[in-house]
Amino acid sequence: MNRRTFVNLFLGGSFLGTVVSFLYPVIRYLIPPRQAEAVAKRIIAAKVGELAPNSAKLFRFGSSAAVLINTSDGELRAFSATCTHLTCTVRYEGDTETLFCPCHNGRFDLAGNVISGPPPRPLEAYEVEVSGGDIFVSRKA
Amino acid sequence: MNKWWEKMQAYLEPRFQLSAIRDFAQKKKVPEHKHSFWYFFGGICLFLFVIQILTGVLLLLYYTPSVDAAHESVQFIMSQVKFGWLIRSVHSWTANILVGVLFIHMFSAFFLKAYRPPRELTWITGFLLLVLFLAFGFSGYLLPWNELSFFATRVGTDIAGVIPLVGKAIKTFILGGPEVSGATLTRFFWLHVAVLPAFALLIMGIHIILVQSLGMSKPIGIGETKEIFFFPDFILKDSVGWLLILAVVGAVCVFLPWEAGPKADPFASTPLGIKPEWYFTFMFTTLKLVPAHIFTIEGEVLAVLGFMLGGLLLMLVPFLDRRAAHEKRSPVFSAIGLAVVLYIIIMTALTYLAPNIGK
Repeated sequence: MNRRTFVNLFLGGSFLGTVVSFLYPVIRYLIPPRQAEAVAKRIIAAKVGELAPNSAKLFRFGSSAAVLINTSDGELRAFSATCTHLTCTVRYEGDTETLFCPCHNGRFDLAGNVISGPPPRPLEAYEVEVSGGDIFVSRKA
Repeated sequence: MNKWWEKMQAYLEPRFQLSAIRDFAQKKKVPEHKHSFWYFFGGICLFLFVIQILTGVLLLLYYTPSVDAAHESVQFIMSQVKFGWLIRSVHSWTANILVGVLFIHMFSAFFLKAYRPPRELTWITGFLLLVLFLAFGFSGYLLPWNELSFFATRVGTDIAGVIPLVGKAIKTFILGGPEVSGATLTRFFWLHVAVLPAFALLIMGIHIILVQSLGMSKPIGIGETKEIFFFPDFILKDSVGWLLILAVVGAVCVFLPWEAGPKADPFASTPLGIKPEWYFTFMFTTLKLVPAHIFTIEGEVLAVLGFMLGGLLLMLVPFLDRRAAHEKRSPVFSAIGLAVVLYIIIMTALTYLAPNIGK
């Protein structure tokens, strides 16, 4: 290696090192810091008697929405309200007794299973428990 | 008046070397033939972009980019600020018209094979500008923080999230966290008013320099043609198009002012009939029709990868269409282009005419 090549490599390498040392903090700055997600374990979703048969209620469960359904038989069921296709929030449709996602027309039955449309997975089901006058919803263990 | 003008020119000439610019403008000519109508759409895009900058700067005066205040500030602009409804409507309507004209400009350049050497980089910078303006549309849509824009952003960013390997990291970066929140609004605002305009101006500068230095492309098979001067003849004709567009923008803003919509509630059900801005609807309807699984792969992943591959092929068309590069007609590429245009039109029409498709 002659002196010219050495100087070129040295200067080129130093320039590259400087560029990287400037870019690194900028890139790290652009990546959002990890924040603790609010993970709910067990919350009061509704009061007993609040939901008529064949109706539902959306409630906040941690940092996302969940749905509590009182079926026409009077059975309480709870699911994540986040559609498994592209994360829109599902809505309860009493006439068909299904959960419907208006974004891409995905439909789930009251066990959370996909009946039609593009969702690839069932909705996450939660435990429902009645205690005192309250309806508690919790994640399945 | 004339003396004052001469004095002014004498002062500016040695400082700005105006004669060089004038000489260039006087020499530059534009070919005129049966397809030269399509040349005007580039100028219309530029004109609409200038309107976007002017109205965007005005909106910044009252808009507040926070979850608690964004929707309220847009409502304030629409109802309290004098002519606020007009400025915001012009901004929103022009954005939509601009994307439409960009599509026309791109496909007309495609069918006239204007991407032939030495104009490959003109095509690529043009394609990048289209992508940038779609990003402008997507980021600007969330800023009023209304119901529709909230869920459209959720779906749009989740689409980025399904890209294998890097999707999750891209989604977190765009959203500023795991889901659409105040951090997303801040990021979209930052993108919309700082990052995207900087890139758009840079790439547009390169695009315009290329167009000016290489001149307009003549379609294959068009030999010697009549030429008109760029300045003032072509510019004057172009300005007729600008005035027509301005009249259209004014009319739609007065008769159909842009709505603010209800404020977003992240814990409410997605409203019925939700759909994105019209220029994303062909992808939206495709995602409705794609089955949940194709073989063992999730349908949405395949669809998103398909769109990305389609975009990449479109960008690289100057290097793929070898026949056009040798000044020969390339009907296969024209047929593929026509199929793409028909696909976009049919899927867009289905979004509005058959909203329950796939239900």
